[in-house]
Amino acid sequence: MLRAPRAGKSAPEGTSPDGDPHPVAGKRTRLRPVVLLLGLLGLVVVFLGAVLIGSSGLGWRQVLAEIVAQLTGGVSPLSERDAAIIWELRVPRIVLAGLVGAALASAGACYQAVFRNPLADPYLLGAAAGAGMAATIVMVTVPAVRGWPVDPIPIAAFAGSLGGVGLTWLLGRSASGRGSSGTGTLLLAGVAVAAFLTAVQTFVQQLNVDTLKDVYLWMLGGFNLADWNAVLLALPYIGLAAVVLVLCGRLLDVLGLGDAEAASLGLRPGRIRFLVLAAASLATAAAVSVSGLIGFVGIVVPHIVRLLAGSSYRVIVPMSLIAGAIFLIVADQLAGNVRYPAELPIGVITAFTGAPFFVLVLRSARGRV
Amino acid sequence: MTVGLTLRDLSAGYRKHPVLHEVELDVPAGGWLAIIGANGTGKSTLLKAIAGLVPHTGDVWIGEHKASELGRRELARKLGYLPQGASLPDGLTVTDYVLLGRTPHLGALAREGQSDVDIVTAVLGRLDLSHLASRQLRTLSGGEQQRAVLARVLAQHTGVLLLDEPTTGLDIGHAQILLELVDTLRREDGTTVVSTLHDLTFAAQYADRIVLINCGRVVATGTPDEVLTAQALTEYYGARTTLLTAPDGSRVVAPLRGS
Repeated sequence: MLRAPRAGKSAPEGTSPDGDPHPVAGKRTRLRPVVLLLGLLGLVVVFLGAVLIGSSGLGWRQVLAEIVAQLTGGVSPLSERDAAIIWELRVPRIVLAGLVGAALASAGACYQAVFRNPLADPYLLGAAAGAGMAATIVMVTVPAVRGWPVDPIPIAAFAGSLGGVGLTWLLGRSASGRGSSGTGTLLLAGVAVAAFLTAVQTFVQQLNVDTLKDVYLWMLGGFNLADWNAVLLALPYIGLAAVVLVLCGRLLDVLGLGDAEAASLGLRPGRIRFLVLAAASLATAAAVSVSGLIGFVGIVVPHIVRLLAGSSYRVIVPMSLIAGAIFLIVADQLAGNVRYPAELPIGVITAFTGAPFFVLVLRSARGRV
Repeated sequence: MTVGLTLRDLSAGYRKHPVLHEVELDVPAGGWLAIIGANGTGKSTLLKAIAGLVPHTGDVWIGEHKASELGRRELARKLGYLPQGASLPDGLTVTDYVLLGRTPHLGALAREGQSDVDIVTAVLGRLDLSHLASRQLRTLSGGEQQRAVLARVLAQHTGVLLLDEPTTGLDIGHAQILLELVDTLRREDGTTVVSTLHDLTFAAQYADRIVLINCGRVVATGTPDEVLTAQALTEYYGARTTLLTAPDGSRVVAPLRGS
């Protein structure tokens, strides 16, 4: 072997550099139970940590006592108001942050696979621009939205997001001819649609300057309005999409060979692309509808997972779900606590912590990318 | 698993530009047909049309099965296609990559089983890749990479192999090793081979039949001795050549300098 593996993870298992003692087929990149368990364990730890620390004045001992009391049916040490803070504000907020992080990271991984482009992110095909436009229009045209029994903004954002992606898909399909794979055209259609919808959004916003602050806050994204309703709104779509995307991991690996080769292996690349993009866009739309536009997660998390755990989408997709959830829960805790009681926009945290970490991972993996 | 290949009235093209016209060919089971012709005459398109990767009319028969009546996956179990300049995904090991060749034998959402791993292990052994099995594809040399791509196609376990310029980018020694491997497969397994080959001397040495394509039409077909003539090479390649005979009796195409 000419080149010694740098990190332990890339060392072949069952073989040694100077010999091949076992007639094994060689190292396979697959989701190892240990990695999965570590990931899940990390998620549980982060979740519990977030519940205990939170961002209000409650001490962690009290929260722990409350959780124990709830689990064992004992007497709650907290006032009703404090208990509500935990169960109606804190816990749904953490769950939602996890769900959104999982959705954006796995959708980003799948977009990168489908477009075979490391810079692809879930907002690429107009999901963000469509959601932004629809949310702005609702904020402008429906005054006093907060009084409604059902908040129309998430629903509008959800529809706008799917509408944006749908428009891109139609445009891309009509512009690319038969016989071409059309991913390049689809990307360009996404750029055009996003620019157009953003222009509409900006125009509507400029006509109604009084709502500028609301629109701006929504665009920045965050979880300060999270409740169980938002969780229930997003969960079915994100759950369904997650199942589809995880099951497609192997097919995404084959797609990585290119369309002609995937077809020569008996697959229909166009159909797989459609299915994966539809599922990923559904997850993105659900995430955007409940949390606004949170950047960086969809690009950085899949790459970190790829560098740490391997390049097969059978690993990247499930681990991106877990890592995305962990990343956004932590980022949301930081957003709430750094300048408590004021909240920082979570996008600031994701970029501020994510970018240096990303560079660190890139450096440590030098030579493997 | 020995099946021949029959083409009837095969035409193909991209959009409205026909590239191939009414190609008729018979490749007996276990035969090796080399497709030759100048650049841009439709050699690769012919292979892609056989593999069902470009829109085409006419019939492709694999043994007694009509390709158009087979599903994509069934077709992929009968035809292996080695593309020219295969793209090698980042970060996959040789084993990962070769395992992807088992795709036509797996359900859409299934995972590879031990039998798939065993097949891949055997293929890697056969192509002398076992010691590289855990290496990342990108760290291999050109010859090793091309062997890995061939291994992926062989893991498909098909009776027919379509090889598009399998020796591209390989030096003469590595090209020879690869072609010898293919020939061994053909003799041991009865695999039917159809390949484009730009090196005419290799075509003469390894193929038992050669078809010469010009402007998308078959202009000559027969044994290497019949097809490879100085006149044909002048006419269809615009090349000045002389044909020598190697000690083993095979044809050697030698280019001549202009006077």
